[in-house]
Amino acid sequence: MRSTHVIVAGLLALGLIPQTYAASEGYEIVILNHRFEPAELTVPAGQKVKLVVDNRDASPEEFESKELRREKVIPGHSKATIWVGPLTSGEYRFFGEFHEETAQGKLIVK
Amino acid sequence: MLGAAVIVFREILEAALIIAIVMGASRGVAGRGNWVLGGVGVGIVGSVVVAALAGTILEAMDGRGQELFNAGILLAAVVMLAWHNVWMSAHGRALASQMKKVGHDVSAGMKPLSALALVTLFAVLREGSETVLFLYGLTASGTGGLALVGGGMLGLAAGAAIGWFLYRGLLSIPIGRFFSVTGWLVLFLAAGLAANAAGFLNQAGLLPALSMQVWDTSQILSQQSWFGTLLHILIGYHDRPLGIEVVSYVVTLTVIYILMRWVDPSSTRSGGAHRQTSGEKGARNYS
Repeated sequence: MRSTHVIVAGLLALGLIPQTYAASEGYEIVILNHRFEPAELTVPAGQKVKLVVDNRDASPEEFESKELRREKVIPGHSKATIWVGPLTSGEYRFFGEFHEETAQGKLIVK
Repeated sequence: MLGAAVIVFREILEAALIIAIVMGASRGVAGRGNWVLGGVGVGIVGSVVVAALAGTILEAMDGRGQELFNAGILLAAVVMLAWHNVWMSAHGRALASQMKKVGHDVSAGMKPLSALALVTLFAVLREGSETVLFLYGLTASGTGGLALVGGGMLGLAAGAAIGWFLYRGLLSIPIGRFFSVTGWLVLFLAAGLAANAAGFLNQAGLLPALSMQVWDTSQILSQQSWFGTLLHILIGYHDRPLGIEVVSYVVTLTVIYILMRWVDPSSTRSGGAHRQTSGEKGARNYS
């Protein structure tokens, strides 16, 4: 029992498994009419953060961020989990590559 | 319509450039056109299948299916490119000198064409499935059919044209140096794809980032600019690379290079056999 805990803690520390146990439900971002809601989201610095992107449009979107170094295609009417960080304080832009004119957002890390 | 064209072009460009390099690298090999076309064909069919399964892939493996799928395809392409380059290091010189002797391309046969056909297939599959999803999205959001078809065709044509230019450019290289150039192109391409795979594995939580940003050259040459995009595809340029990407890039480059030197007959004593047959001075250019 105890050794299991040590192993899990060790793997978490190494970042080898996503912190499904450690983190909460995560932060939800909804895509609706090719816009992010919320378009600005504040998350804590220095830890892994779970983003759940819920695409409620019928069309797919590619969640992309050069700053966060993430890109993920999300089909219509589906949710994707995206882990980011640990990040240093600052602002990190993200956008929807398939509808870049409207789908713009920002992650504020504090 | 133009918006659709630009996005399709962006997606197609990588596949088009990779096909151009593959066509260059397989120069002089019998039946390569059919192999590469086969790769494109299967890749297009596969793209539609992958796009249709996008939701399933997204949710597979604990929500990491898409990352693992991309990384797997990229790494498979890296292995195929490496194998091709190692094979060419052992046999390319003989092929080049034969082509030089007869003054035109020869049909050498039995080359690792299946590997290059797979590289083509993987490139089309990865970029194609995103294109299919994007175009499907346009229909879903009610964009007219004409704009869709027009934009898609325009983007496709532009991507194909760039690939064709690269291929023609490659063909203008003298045959004595030709395979040396395509070898370097394939080497850098493989290293860049390996770095991309590492990025996806990091996103999947399977590899540590090591550093979130080794350097930031986005002000000097943005990866989103056309030249930056081109360099990203061809040599794996990143304006803000993760530590793990830089490490993967260097390791891949080094390992393939060492393997190439290792099998290269000219780097050992026994290797002179092909060259001694003719006294042509061009032989000196090969190294």
